[in-house]
Amino acid sequence: MGKVLMKGNEAVAEAAVLGGCKYFFGYPITPQNEIPEYMARRLPEVGGTFLQAESEISAINMVFGASGSGARVMTSSSGPGISLKQEGISYLAGAELPCVIVNMVRGGPGLGNIGPAQSDYFQATRGGGHGDYRLIVFGPASVQELVDVTIEAFELADRYRSPVMILGDGILGQMMEPVEFKTAKIKEGPDKPWATTGAKGRKRNLITSLYIVPEELEKHCLKLKAKYDEISANEKRYESYFTDDAEIVLAAYGTTARICKAVVDRAREDGIKAGLIRPVTLWPFPDRPFNEAADYARAFLTVEMSNGQMVDDVRLAVNGKKPVYFYGRTGGIVPSKAEIYAEVRKILEGGAR
Amino acid sequence: MARGRAIIDEDRCKGCELCTTVCPQGLIRMSRQLNALGFHFAVVTDQEECRGCTLCAVMCPDVAIEVEKERE
Amino acid sequence: MEKVFTRPKSMTDKPMHFCPGCTHGVIQRLVAEVIDELGIQEDTIAVGPVGCAVFCYDYWDVDFHQASHGRAPAVATGVKRVHPDKVVFTLQGDGDIAAIGTTEIIHAAARGEKITCLFVNNSIYGMTGGQMAPTSVLSQKTTTTPAGRDKNQIGYPVKLTEMLAVLDGTAYCARVSVHNPANILKAKEVIRKAFEVQLNKEGFSLVEILSTCPTNWGLPPVEAVKWLENNMIPCFPLGEYKVAGEVQR
Ligand SMILES: Cc1ncc(C[n+]2csc(CCOP(=O)(O)OP(=O)(O)O)c2C)c(N)n1
Ligand code: SF4
Ligand SMILES: [Mg+2]
Repeated sequence: MGKVLMKGNEAVAEAAVLGGCKYFFGYPITPQNEIPEYMARRLPEVGGTFLQAESEISAINMVFGASGSGARVMTSSSGPGISLKQEGISYLAGAELPCVIVNMVRGGPGLGNIGPAQSDYFQATRGGGHGDYRLIVFGPASVQELVDVTIEAFELADRYRSPVMILGDGILGQMMEPVEFKTAKIKEGPDKPWATTGAKGRKRNLITSLYIVPEELEKHCLKLKAKYDEISANEKRYESYFTDDAEIVLAAYGTTARICKAVVDRAREDGIKAGLIRPVTLWPFPDRPFNEAADYARAFLTVEMSNGQMVDDVRLAVNGKKPVYFYGRTGGIVPSKAEIYAEVRKILEGGAR
Repeated sequence: MARGRAIIDEDRCKGCELCTTVCPQGLIRMSRQLNALGFHFAVVTDQEECRGCTLCAVMCPDVAIEVEKERE
Repeated sequence: MEKVFTRPKSMTDKPMHFCPGCTHGVIQRLVAEVIDELGIQEDTIAVGPVGCAVFCYDYWDVDFHQASHGRAPAVATGVKRVHPDKVVFTLQGDGDIAAIGTTEIIHAAARGEKITCLFVNNSIYGMTGGQMAPTSVLSQKTTTTPAGRDKNQIGYPVKLTEMLAVLDGTAYCARVSVHNPANILKAKEVIRKAFEVQLNKEGFSLVEILSTCPTNWGLPPVEAVKWLENNMIPCFPLGEYKVAGEVQR
């Protein structure tokens, strides 16, 4: 299959279908409406079901039912809607049900606006819902990467029996880029002997997150922890761009990382040894490259469309070895190349604190 | 009149007394003894009189009663 | 002698956790009897609530989803869309279905979702210790209406079955009670009918079942069934509110 020009939101939907997604439950919210609209057209073609739910709360609980019944299932939303899904996500994590959740992040808090933002990083990587759980979180930076991680997200969700979140933003969702759907790589889902299908010729299956006896809940939480440790050991992804000899290392994901790449190019033209570490998984966070770079780089600069969220993870990874600076824009405003470059120069000239 | 037999699983009984109010023959009363759960359990006073109507079992919230009936 | 009454096959052996005299247990048994009579144990997927029936999966030997508070109809929708040929039902309390989960039940009914919802109305929040429910009757004392439910302050009981009857997607809805053997036998027939409506793919079905909560009503079980009869039935009249076949197509 050759390359086709596609909008991010439509590409993620097509990738989901190719990745085996048969069910989609969602509720309209800008800037992700092209995803449910695409699914409404596309899923019936593959014998699947699209259903517009009455709320994000209902949508995520429909996902719970479909996932527990053994299906590959997805939902998508943005900020306020993702907030409403949090209880359901916690239940999905607790009951160890696989699914894929797309958040095309918009400006917050509250109703905020529909501009692009990265201010849901904490919500995505720190839980968002209640209880001791983690989500695998991807922060893709191009439409192609959005497609690739979506297909992979369904595999990882099934393999680890865990919800997987794709954290995009309004720009990524609306942007048109050529993409290739690497269908040859797509794997069939594993058998799901735990799913509810009617207890014919086997013991009945129970999908639950309720463990009333403290010792049993602790055992369950330890089992989840072991799973999260395994994910941490195996699934950290990042891209390193000119970091080998960098004196200043930028840290950014998603849309912001694209701009930071251009900043690195510009700095290198001016003889400044800049580099970029771009986390592709936001949880598990790729801490090793940061910690290694801290041995030779002079400083780090985290750039986000937020007041500073991922910067906490960068600081944890750098672990005090070198200063970690932050530059961010919020409210739906995208930081410009010139602003970021000015920040880089300021840091190297000793101007930033 | 058909003969029946109500068999009360005394260890499942929670002593709610609902069965005592529905037996048309008034055959069920509460024991003075306590069962394993600590409840005064229901007992059938006179099995000879049981007609096997099943009303006690229908009412029992704990499915603690089984009923047998002679074939007519 | 022949066994004329025995534990239904689709019910497990596990003793139920409900308080003495609580008619939740009767409902558990009736559903199991219906599952047995329809021969659908291997084809049934149940969805449970948060509330006193939260452990109902321990007593029904069928595939099961434990849903979050109020969301069982949405979970059941997800299940049914994946397995349209299975029998999917929910069991929910009044707080679960008629307060926090109002949105989910209304829209499941409006969609004509081919599921069956069993709604245990005990006019109180049992599990959390006797707070006011959406279905608490006027003047009813609860821990959060210590002077009795005052219509001027907190309004009127929610009559969910009546509300759902007006929706075109509802194929069948009825209200029954389990406070005495005659009503219990009737309740079973109605529950069976609701399942048959689903099996016939006619649309959404719901049965509201008036049930006691001796513990939080502060009454001995024998008094509780009388309280139900005298206080709940006048507010929540029994009967069929929508019968299969009345749906406009
Ligand atoms: C989101 C959420 N809010 C509140 C609760 C606490 N809670 C548990 S059960 C319950 C009420 C149950 O009442 P009802 O649905 O009438 O069931 P009953 O116990 O009376 O059978 C509440 C409020 C919860 N578990 N989850
Ligand atoms: S609290 Fe009420 S509803 Fe809950 S089990 Fe006890 S009697 Fe039944
Ligand atoms: Mg209740």
